[in-house]
Amino acid sequence: MTSLDILFGAVGLITAASAVLAVTTQHLVHAALWLVVALGTLAGCYLILGAELVALVQLLVYVGAVVVLVLFALMLTRAPMGRSPEHSSSAVQRIAAAVIAAGTTALLAAVLLPALGGEVLTARTGDTTAIATQLFGAWVWPFELLSVLLLMALIAALAVSRMPTTSPTSPVPAETEST
Amino acid sequence: MNPVLEVVLRSVSVLAVFLVLPLVVGQTEHKVMAHMQGRLGPMYAGGFHGWAQLVADAAKFIQKEDITPRAADRWVFKLAPAVALVPYLVALAVIPISPTLVGADVDAGVLFVLAASAVGILGLLMGGWASANKYALLGGMRAAAQLLSYELPLVLSVASVALAAGTLSLSGIVDAWHPLWLLWQFPGAMVFFVAAVAELQRGPFDMPIADSEIVMGPFTEYTGLRFAFFLLSEYAGIVVMSLLFTVLFLGGWHGAFSDSLGPVWTLAKSAVISVVIIWMRVSWPRLREDQLQRLAWLVLVPVALVQLAMTAVWVVLSSR
Repeated sequence: MTSLDILFGAVGLITAASAVLAVTTQHLVHAALWLVVALGTLAGCYLILGAELVALVQLLVYVGAVVVLVLFALMLTRAPMGRSPEHSSSAVQRIAAAVIAAGTTALLAAVLLPALGGEVLTARTGDTTAIATQLFGAWVWPFELLSVLLLMALIAALAVSRMPTTSPTSPVPAETEST
Repeated sequence: MNPVLEVVLRSVSVLAVFLVLPLVVGQTEHKVMAHMQGRLGPMYAGGFHGWAQLVADAAKFIQKEDITPRAADRWVFKLAPAVALVPYLVALAVIPISPTLVGADVDAGVLFVLAASAVGILGLLMGGWASANKYALLGGMRAAAQLLSYELPLVLSVASVALAAGTLSLSGIVDAWHPLWLLWQFPGAMVFFVAAVAELQRGPFDMPIADSEIVMGPFTEYTGLRFAFFLLSEYAGIVVMSLLFTVLFLGGWHGAFSDSLGPVWTLAKSAVISVVIIWMRVSWPRLREDQLQRLAWLVLVPVALVQLAMTAVWVVLSSR
């Protein structure tokens, strides 16, 4: 057991703990902030495994953009200071969520652990050129597919926000009313 | 050298730079702003032209009572200044002053600086929300909207430079730099500069802390040292962004006698950039929220995309 293993275990433990806190806390904004900790320490895990680029992109995209967007949405609607029990889910939902989470964990463990054969693999070739070669070589089609998916989501979001409203309260011009 | 000793030495020198340069920029701002507005600025502290004014300010801030509002979210409120300040310290550690003078030479240095400064903006949001104050919340929201919009042109213009240099390493980019880049990357440089000033929320992009409408935005409830940390993080942000601009677009240590004067060139170029940032604050009135968003999405993003396409075409053609 090297010091890197211990470090990885510690950081992984913080990731898991903060992820659990993010879904169990009763404070809405605290949930978003625990998510920051979880995503940030996940970047730490990547860093310890030698995937420097992945770690930095994780930090830039998730902490820098996604969580800021989440916090902005919270502030724009309602960002209560104290606990907000009216948002907490029922016991049935909690149990179902826990069962599904445990099932996913078991599934992933059952697939990944035998696949790696108990061998510890570290991506020591985590430098940018190696990752770029892999990404635009072997993995170029999944990569492009994901970008098309994101583009579709973007266009769809634009379409939804630009869609003419049909609710009676909104002022509708006379021409469109007849159609 | 003993590796542990080296790490300690490097960390201490980065910390020293981090403690000195923002104060220099702060003092410059006091004096430059004062003279641009036809007044003297602080003149008494320390004797010569009030050079010790910021030290005196620090002494004042330390003595003030550290107040946390009763309705505030205690931990988030107390943590926010640190979250705003520390990322700039981390970012400063990887920016090279000269080929050998760098805290830590990271392979993907550009991304590192961007990622670190992206974390820093969380501090503002945390402070704005946790203060339990309407003005602070409004300021936090404005900050979030502004930072989300300006992050994109910032990253796009940096991507153009990285593409041109063929590397994400900061010292690699400076090595690949050529004086012609001043023309070739000019639109990208402008986009980066404007977006960087907006990320720092300096005037004319100081909508989030607009003191004439929402008191002091996210900092409204802060006193004493915590407030000083927010101010320090603003100056540290100026230092980081002007160093980054120098390294990315102005060729860092390239210049006459760059073998011996390299660090001086880097520091001189970024000093000029810092003064321009201060100058902008004095010169232009504050942009309104809709003007801010319009500038980001209708001007900066398209220009940055065109620059990126231009760079990509040239890189592909020249590599044939």
